[in-house]
Amino acid sequence: MITTLIYSLTGLILFGMGFFTLIIHSHPLRKILAVNVMSTGVFLILVATAYIPLGEGEIDPVPHAMVLTGIVVSVSVTALALILACRIQETSNSSLPGRKQQGEVPEESIG
Amino acid sequence: MSRTGKSHKRLDGFQRLLLLLVICMVMLLGYIIWSTPGSKPVLTDAVAQMQEYSGVESPVTAVLLNFRGYDTLLEVMVLLLAVIGTWSLTEAFFPVQGSEISPVQMGAVRLLAPVMCLVAAYLVWQGSHLAGGAFQGGAILGAAGVLVLVTELPGLRTIPVLSLRIGLVLGPLLFTGTALFCLFITGDLLGYPKGAGGWMILLVETGCAVSIGLTLALLFAGGRPDKESIWKNNP
Repeated sequence: MITTLIYSLTGLILFGMGFFTLIIHSHPLRKILAVNVMSTGVFLILVATAYIPLGEGEIDPVPHAMVLTGIVVSVSVTALALILACRIQETSNSSLPGRKQQGEVPEESIG
Repeated sequence: MSRTGKSHKRLDGFQRLLLLLVICMVMLLGYIIWSTPGSKPVLTDAVAQMQEYSGVESPVTAVLLNFRGYDTLLEVMVLLLAVIGTWSLTEAFFPVQGSEISPVQMGAVRLLAPVMCLVAAYLVWQGSHLAGGAFQGGAILGAAGVLVLVTELPGLRTIPVLSLRIGLVLGPLLFTGTALFCLFITGDLLGYPKGAGGWMILLVETGCAVSIGLTLALLFAGGRPDKESIWKNNP
């Protein structure tokens, strides 16, 4: 029970952090990263709900199956979103919003 | 964002309000998780009862390709859509006979790529009774593809585009074909006929693993193969 709780709450905090970043940053790359952090949080919650201590019965296979397909789908969605962001960058005349901010704090864009 | 240097931007009023709202939402959701009565899985028993009819021994595979097969079918389609979207947006950039590949890298690829394909095949086969299946196998195949792409093997440009397209739709087509076949035989979409579930699931999984692996590798390449190689191979 306590294990499930710790993992679920960690997932929830990840979700909240991603959600906050998704709203306050305007740069597409940060938005894509934020959505990824959010989805990781959701996967963590789903896996945690299926957790059962060893020897106390079988795991719940339904959330596992959902997470399994969800991870692969989220990877492909990220790739598509990145390519869309690149295309926006290439085709738009003005630079993307949030770029200037990135220039000011260069180390933040990595971390 | 936790870094507190002089360059750190302070949040303005709106962002503080937003932070407060997000914290409230997280606390509310946390309370819901906290108050959810015990971790009593509801569907475990339902899956266990129907396990023997599914044709496979692994409960996760049974859920993935039998009980919730429709869901998985659509997810495979989503992957195909992602590749179609990528290919319609950009061309992948392959350097024409760039710098020479270092022998260490070449040796690593020669060693790893076949082993990865073998592990992927094993995982797909293992999916019927243990953890494993199309998605895990496909992920490893995709990793092997990325490894080959990163190495920039000169042979990459000579791969016929048609074979890539066939590989991409192999899984979705096999899955749809099986679903329709089941519709004609048993009257249910993806309602496998009794006794035939096992090999049908293995067939679908093999096709899907190939497609998923190709999908992931091609998404990494980031675009359709450029025109030169299309013309070179489809005169």
